[in-house]
Amino acid sequence: MRKITKIDVVTRPGKLEELKEALADIGVMGMTVSQVFGCGLQKGHTEVYRGKEYNINLLAGIKVEIVVCEVPVTTVIETVKKVCRTGKIGDGKIFVYPIENAVRIRTGEEGDIAIMDRQEDNS
Amino acid sequence: MKKLLTIMSTSVLMMLLSLGTAFAEGVEAATEVATIDTGDTTFILLSAALVMLMTPGLALFYGGMVRTKNVLSTLMQSFFIIGLITVQWVLWGYSLSFGPDINHIIGSLAWFGLNDVGQLPNADYAATIPHLLFMVFQCMFAIITAALITGSFAERMRFSAFAVFIVIWATVVYDPLAHWVWGVGGWMREMGILDFAGGTVVHISSGISGLVVALFIGKRKGYGTEIMLPHHLPMTLIGASLLWFGWFGFNAGSALSANGLAVSAFVVTHVAAAAATLAWVLTEWLYHGKPTILGAASGCVAGLVAITPAAGFVSVIPAIVIGLAGGAICFFAVSILKAKLGYDDALDAFGVHGIGGTWGAIATGLFASTAVNPAGADGLFFGNPDLVFTQLFGVAVTWVFAAVMTFVILKVISVFMQVRSDENHEDIGLDIAEHGERGYSYQDITAGSPLSFSHVASQSEPINSSILQASHSKSH
Repeated sequence: MRKITKIDVVTRPGKLEELKEALADIGVMGMTVSQVFGCGLQKGHTEVYRGKEYNINLLAGIKVEIVVCEVPVTTVIETVKKVCRTGKIGDGKIFVYPIENAVRIRTGEEGDIAIMDRQEDNS
Repeated sequence: MKKLLTIMSTSVLMMLLSLGTAFAEGVEAATEVATIDTGDTTFILLSAALVMLMTPGLALFYGGMVRTKNVLSTLMQSFFIIGLITVQWVLWGYSLSFGPDINHIIGSLAWFGLNDVGQLPNADYAATIPHLLFMVFQCMFAIITAALITGSFAERMRFSAFAVFIVIWATVVYDPLAHWVWGVGGWMREMGILDFAGGTVVHISSGISGLVVALFIGKRKGYGTEIMLPHHLPMTLIGASLLWFGWFGFNAGSALSANGLAVSAFVVTHVAAAAATLAWVLTEWLYHGKPTILGAASGCVAGLVAITPAAGFVSVIPAIVIGLAGGAICFFAVSILKAKLGYDDALDAFGVHGIGGTWGAIATGLFASTAVNPAGADGLFFGNPDLVFTQLFGVAVTWVFAAVMTFVILKVISVFMQVRSDENHEDIGLDIAEHGERGYSYQDITAGSPLSFSHVASQSEPINSSILQASHSKSH
């Protein structure tokens, strides 16, 4: 079994479409996307409701989870960096994890084969 | 709960008993000749329908301002009142308010179940429209007044206690007050206190009562420490728009005739609402740096409240002044006064209706003119400073009466039942805890809702999970 790696990208919501396209171009077809809230170096913003001020420091972001085997991890990281970097605070983070195993529930296949998109699956 | 059921079933029984007389009367009235004006009748019919729409509008206005987990309970309080107060009104509320006077204090129960209230006009109130129409127009006022109070105790009052409170409040606060100000023989009416469409009766009474309830039941859990954002401001804006729209029926309809006075009231109502919208938004912009939608929605309502007592007595320029000042005064009341004094008038029933209504009643004393309405009086700026004092007296009496009576009602109710929601009900949200349903089948983190299963399950108190299971099993 070849090495399987999980890459989490937490970044600005506005980058999602561009990121999806760029990942598809390097052969990453599958991903899980969530809306997330987080805080870091950004200060957040103030909202006022009938004169009552609230400091909102949990900001909206997206988390894109990718699991790769054939596509090199460095290629994924470089692509994400290229797309998501604006140079300003709030561009987000990339996290890389080793994966112990993967199971394709439909067939019961385990390991690298479980995460590879095969042509016959699409026909 | 058992008490509530008893009350409800008794009410229904009484309603059925009175049906017989109501039918007999309808047949009788149709055969007699009446001096009904079709234009007036059409106009007041439509006005009554407009005022009815204000209460669902208010429900949306308030509903948008609470957290996701309490949206239904807030909508429900206003909407349920349409049912509750309508039945109360036709059974005894109308008779107590407008029925034959007893010692200038209260109407008698002679018109219980609308006995003697038929298709013929009652010249004491409106000579050109059926008495029944005057009754149903007034019914809509009684409904919205009770619904206004709910803004102050939103997100933390038990539904059963709320329902009992509202019925008693309407009977011992609204009905006498309406009689004093509008009823033939009512002592405030005889004193010359001017209240065209309900500044004292509707807005001051509900606003002050709201403040007393807010103080009595206390702040929402986490008030001042937790973030409590309005969950749906578009809903609030729809509600404010419906209120503005319905208010034309409220104020213009209070002329009780399709005439020049009604048009004048319509125009000054619109102008004051517009001016107050500007005033609130601009004041907030100066104070907090941004013009807000919630400010615009609140501003128009503040202006509408302020012009209500004056609508049939003032001309356009005074209306602009009343609106501008109303918007600014109410803004300071909700954003500064409330914060300073620390009470949790959740949706600002007091800040907007109590304060705005008080300003409107005083402004009537300043700007009223017999050139607009010969049946009214001249105010301070038209050479009659006495009217200001008359109006101030009316305001003071209404404040004291509404506050004391509301406190007494709450004290009495709290002997028999728990008024405030349990703490864990407040955590879960009244939608699930009181009504066993939720407004939205999605949840998101910004709404700050602790409704998720994982949250409840992780709590150690067993009662939490049992409530959730109970509400869950009911839904299956």
